Amino acid sequence: MTGTKAIGVETLHMTKRFGDFTALDDVSIKVAPGSFHALLGENGAGKSTLVKCMMGFYQPTSGQMLVDDREAEIRNPREAHASGLGMVYQHFTLVPSLTAAENLVIAREDTPSVIDWKKERERLQAFLETMPFGVALDQPVNRLSAGEKQKLELLKQLYLGRRFLILDEPTSVLTPSEADELLGMVRDLTRAGALTCLMISHKFREVTAFADAVSVLRRGAHVGGGRVSELSHADMAAMMIGDKTLTRSAARSGQRGDVVLSLEGISAADRSGLKTIDVESLRVAAGEVVGIAGVSGNGQMELMEVLTGQRPVSRGSVSVKSVTFRGTRRQARDLKVRFLPEEPLQNACAGRMSVAENLAFRSFDLKDKANMNGKATRTWLDRAAMRRLAVNLVDAFKVKTASIESPIASLSGGNVQRAVLARELSDEVDLLIIANPCFGLDFSAVADIRARIMAARNAGAAVLLISEDLDEILELSDRVLVMSEGRIAYETPIATLDVGELGRHMAGHA
Amino acid sequence: MGEGDLGLWTVLLAMIGGAIRVSTPFIFVSLGECLTERSGRINLGLEGTLVFGAMSGYAVAYETSSAWAGVLAAALAGTVFGLFHGWVCKLPRVNDIAIGIALMLLGMGLAFFFGKPYIQPVAPDLPAIPLGFWSSSPQVEAALRVNVLFVLGIALAFFIAWLFRSTRIGLVIRVVGDSSDAARAMGISVDRVRLLATAAGGALAGIGGAYLSLYYPGSWNEGISSGQGLMAVALVIFARWNPVNCIWAALLFGAAGALGPALQSIGISKGYYLSYAAPYVLTLILLIATSSTTRAVRCAPGELSITK
Repeated sequence: MTGTKAIGVETLHMTKRFGDFTALDDVSIKVAPGSFHALLGENGAGKSTLVKCMMGFYQPTSGQMLVDDREAEIRNPREAHASGLGMVYQHFTLVPSLTAAENLVIAREDTPSVIDWKKERERLQAFLETMPFGVALDQPVNRLSAGEKQKLELLKQLYLGRRFLILDEPTSVLTPSEADELLGMVRDLTRAGALTCLMISHKFREVTAFADAVSVLRRGAHVGGGRVSELSHADMAAMMIGDKTLTRSAARSGQRGDVVLSLEGISAADRSGLKTIDVESLRVAAGEVVGIAGVSGNGQMELMEVLTGQRPVSRGSVSVKSVTFRGTRRQARDLKVRFLPEEPLQNACAGRMSVAENLAFRSFDLKDKANMNGKATRTWLDRAAMRRLAVNLVDAFKVKTASIESPIASLSGGNVQRAVLARELSDEVDLLIIANPCFGLDFSAVADIRARIMAARNAGAAVLLISEDLDEILELSDRVLVMSEGRIAYETPIATLDVGELGRHMAGHA
Repeated sequence: MGEGDLGLWTVLLAMIGGAIRVSTPFIFVSLGECLTERSGRINLGLEGTLVFGAMSGYAVAYETSSAWAGVLAAALAGTVFGLFHGWVCKLPRVNDIAIGIALMLLGMGLAFFFGKPYIQPVAPDLPAIPLGFWSSSPQVEAALRVNVLFVLGIALAFFIAWLFRSTRIGLVIRVVGDSSDAARAMGISVDRVRLLATAAGGALAGIGGAYLSLYYPGSWNEGISSGQGLMAVALVIFARWNPVNCIWAALLFGAAGALGPALQSIGISKGYYLSYAAPYVLTLILLIATSSTTRAVRCAPGELSITK
């Protein structure tokens, strides 16, 4: 182990160019030993370029780094690790089928060729006793909850003797209470002088609650920062976004109408096949957004699959406008049901087909393009009409693409999302079912997509929104449901919602 | 003891003996495939490796008059095939399944080409341990003549299981097979681990081939393999990527393979081709029975291209 004292890191005039593109422009940031420093910025602001330069994944074009006030040249991640620098990534780097103990032991530089598990276990236990929190050592990592995995990631870094940690959006998959617990632990470790932490985050609440100092990046440049106690959320947002104006979600309008979607006594097996998803009753009416909150892996994706007809149910029925819904293309068309599944590139697109072809998936085989409800189908495609449709939709939904003939997989995540939304919203919609529509998108794309969803609601569509992002649920929903362990555990109208109560239900111990 | 009883006993004994004899190449090939697949790559070329191993093992055993030199040569040939597969798969935009099929055909073609002069000569056999020495019945004795390679194969299965559990090499193979991102983050060279795992898998398949030509059936000809190399892939899935389970799966397949000859030995020749097809029917039944429409294969290494 490298030591038990926190180390400080400073970048001096760090610049990184990729060809003509300047990803990082003269950035100087000082992270004092034992501090909890937050790094804010939109997607593409250069946060990850900066930390990758610090960790030795990239070599800066110019500028230098100081570790504990001494100049340090870090040529690769191994040298960063040797200097005591570590990083916890947004996606887990734990190996899913290995146990926690195996993960910790194999991560070491000096893993012995033959592992004496008895001895290693004693050493791990001794190490865990010095930590403020523990994990189950013998469980395979894929059985741990997201919060436990993130704790294990943190433990791993400390076990490896890293004393300067970069956390890349560490709470994006955690419940509010798990996030508070984790960040509280990190803060305690920094206060004790055992650790310095640089956290990339989007969540102002976490920054103000836990961090000591903040630095803000915009378009590769360091645009501001300071002590968290001296900055308001508005100050930080202004630094982050700059002079851009954002699309605000349109105000709510329209009346709640008749029930469109109704699930009665649904029961289906979950992915592991060991548990079941049971939804006694779920109704969504025209002109309302029903948000389903919950921590990932509590049956939301299985519910989505039941709705799209991908997962067989053992009991119960899904009906749309009092008709039993089986998820066929014909039914979706007749009943005006549209879907926006999560990761749309995998789940709602054919990646190598062109943008125009992907946009025509709903309508390419109809004789009458203007009328999606026309029953007559065609044998020969009308490519000119498909192109016209694509040009219109690309324009209306501001999809950024080199050409409508480019493969859709070449678009950025936000633009794929916009394209799919364009296809799904291009006609009258009575029921819109959405899962995690804004996962991994930047600030402005998020605002745009949420405004579209809101507009569909105001036009009288029934919207079911399944999301792991609580802010999104709170912003869009008229009614909020919590899914926990395959059941609807809690329901409340947005007007009387209490976030604390919601969090307790999400965590499953209400 | 009635006549029917005797027939039943003969069939059962023949099947046990057959299971032991026929399963040995299955054990080796499936352990090799298991090792390769646990590293996240699938090598369908093992059928070609097996046939080439059978040829080269037989040829070297004949030339040197030593069966063990033959086994060594087969293992070396298998290693070369594995290294080639691993090296080609390292290149960008190469699909391991397509390369495997190409190598399967190449291996068989090369084996037939170089093996022509060795169809007639007789090479020395591998030694067997007469575990049936206590019995006066010649059938029991024949059934319990166990080849050294069978014992080695079982020991190897337990060794590989131990390797996966308690050694750094084993853990590294599992890490690479489960998440190449995690492996890269640890500074493990994913391609090199897979290259070596594929080479080791090839060596084991080569030994499996040597067993075919040097012990059972014990001669070299072009029809020596009946798809053991391909069925090993199904077998590994059935064994849930667990080396010790590979033994049981191989024994089961061996017993099914012995059904045809066993029935013939007591004079039942009706449906001859059907009973010979038993292992293939078993493959189908097992794969269908253990399949599911709603979830991915359990315990499968995360990086395997067929389960991704």
